[in-house]
Amino acid sequence: MTFLVQAYAFLYQFADSFAFLVLCGLGLAIIFGMMGVINLAHGEFIMCGAYVTVLTARAGLPLPFAMLAGTLAAGLVGLILEFLIIRRLYHRLFDSIVATWALSLIATQGMLIVAGPSIEGLKTPFGSFELGEYSFSVYRALLPLVALSLLAALYWLFVRTRFGRYSRATIEDADMARALGANTSRIYSQTFGLGAALAGLTGALYAPTMTAVPTMGQAFIVQSFVTVVVSGADVMLGLAPSAAVLAFIQSLLTKSYGQLIGQIGLLLTVIIVVRVLPKGISGWVLQRNAGH
Amino acid sequence: MFWSAFGTIVLAAAVLPMFVNDFAITNLTYFLVWVFMALGLSLIWGYAGILSFGQTAFFGLAGYTYGVVSINLGEGGLWTWFALVVSLVMPLVLAVIVGYFMFYGGVRDVFVGIVTLSITLVFETFMAQTAGPEWTIGSARLNGFNGMSNMPPLTIPWGETPLVFDGTSFFWLVLAMGVLVYLGLRILVNSRFGNVLVAIRENPDRAEMLGYNVRMYQLLVFVIGSVLAGMSGVLYTLWGSYITPSSMGLTAAALPIIWVAAGGRKDLTATLLATVLLTWLSQQLAVKGNQYALIWMGAILLVVVLFAPEGLFVTVWKKLRGRMRARQAEPSPKTASSTSA
Repeated sequence: MTFLVQAYAFLYQFADSFAFLVLCGLGLAIIFGMMGVINLAHGEFIMCGAYVTVLTARAGLPLPFAMLAGTLAAGLVGLILEFLIIRRLYHRLFDSIVATWALSLIATQGMLIVAGPSIEGLKTPFGSFELGEYSFSVYRALLPLVALSLLAALYWLFVRTRFGRYSRATIEDADMARALGANTSRIYSQTFGLGAALAGLTGALYAPTMTAVPTMGQAFIVQSFVTVVVSGADVMLGLAPSAAVLAFIQSLLTKSYGQLIGQIGLLLTVIIVVRVLPKGISGWVLQRNAGH
Repeated sequence: MFWSAFGTIVLAAAVLPMFVNDFAITNLTYFLVWVFMALGLSLIWGYAGILSFGQTAFFGLAGYTYGVVSINLGEGGLWTWFALVVSLVMPLVLAVIVGYFMFYGGVRDVFVGIVTLSITLVFETFMAQTAGPEWTIGSARLNGFNGMSNMPPLTIPWGETPLVFDGTSFFWLVLAMGVLVYLGLRILVNSRFGNVLVAIRENPDRAEMLGYNVRMYQLLVFVIGSVLAGMSGVLYTLWGSYITPSSMGLTAAALPIIWVAAGGRKDLTATLLATVLLTWLSQQLAVKGNQYALIWMGAILLVVVLFAPEGLFVTVWKKLRGRMRARQAEPSPKTASSTSA
């Protein structure tokens, strides 16, 4: 029995970490896959989603609607920033990355000035359940399912819809897609908005489990970009395996040596992956398939 | 014209301690301390086209090394200078390892940024978890988030009263090092080596085809820039007699990028001016007690990237030079009539 409980505790830890990495990585991965831009303001879109969720929920909106509000707010901010700034930098990759870094600094510090060092949080819904000597949060146990359904929904979006077909054509060859009548600049801005909205959703989903602070983006950004780099450009192919591998490494190290060593393990993994599989898991799979 | 201005500024800076108070000199030293890291990044990013996000890793490594070595060996004899040298050798070794790993391993473009940023975050996270007493090297405690402090200043034994480099003498030391590094880098980028770097930046494949050992050049330039970042780290540690993990974190890592991009990354002089100006501006904003410093830094970076991608100073200089040329080229009425005749 104790062994089973231990095993479940590890599984819970693994699934929790998996969900976190998938949810963190999704928005960033979509933008990276489409435009090659590493959006260093990704963490701040997550922060935006979390803040809007907490504030609207405390103003009386039911939690699911508050989460929706957080998602939409982040998506809207993403669309606006894409229109004002990112759009001008598509052909200058380094500059677009540096610009998102600037946005991140402005957003973090701006939120600190506007909303103070932290705001009163929300109660985690659904309570908890006990198993042996451990107590698990029901809400966090559900998050891996949310992460998996989101992956399924995105798969549907990219494979089954018109937007998905156009955007895959744009990733494959933007000039050709444009020549065939795809409005690539609109696809870019929609993708950026979608990525920002997914980041907002991540913030919304984690808002009830943590205190919203202006620097919370930094806690997310490292995990996000680690997941995305290991995944490679193809989100559908790489993100889930990448999150699974990293979650395994992280939960193993965290269990034995503590949280910070778990974090270091992730970063060292990404350094090695960049060297060994520069195009990530998805690039490796595609290359293997092309070879046969 | 440029050199006489340069000489005047250096001379003015050197005699400045006789006219202003110690507090101003301490501040000025602080601005100069960062210049080395910025010049190094200008060389790596501006001249060689390698965007390293993680120069603060070398900064922190050098700072911590100085702390550990100098606290263990004390300030007697020339041991503090030995600590200084060791603190520059450590980032050199790390840069050789990391650079070899990246450039000889085919890591390119954005991925160089990812690897370097990851390394600096590993360092920050590792240092942040060293709060416990088990994290002690000799008699130096690493001290987790709070960082190390109370390391001795550079000292030369000099009869009864040893020569201690603090206040004005430390300012002169930093100024002298700054002048040497700036001149050295100028000679370097204007030499054959510098021309090859620019060729690699413009097109690595073409440079390789022309027979240059691209990876060796990239490794060399990365090592030089990183040792300079380390130099900033040691001087910073000496300046305030402390070093903390947050000096390597995400925000700290963004700052050198901002200074270099703001001035003009392809120009050492512009980088130098922008670094001093922006660190001064950040400090002014911080002293006034408001929290807008980082917002301003972010906004400046954004404006530069959007409207003056070559950097503020470089853009202004080009405009001015263009205007002067236009004025010279404009034919005077007399010559115009004679040519038409």
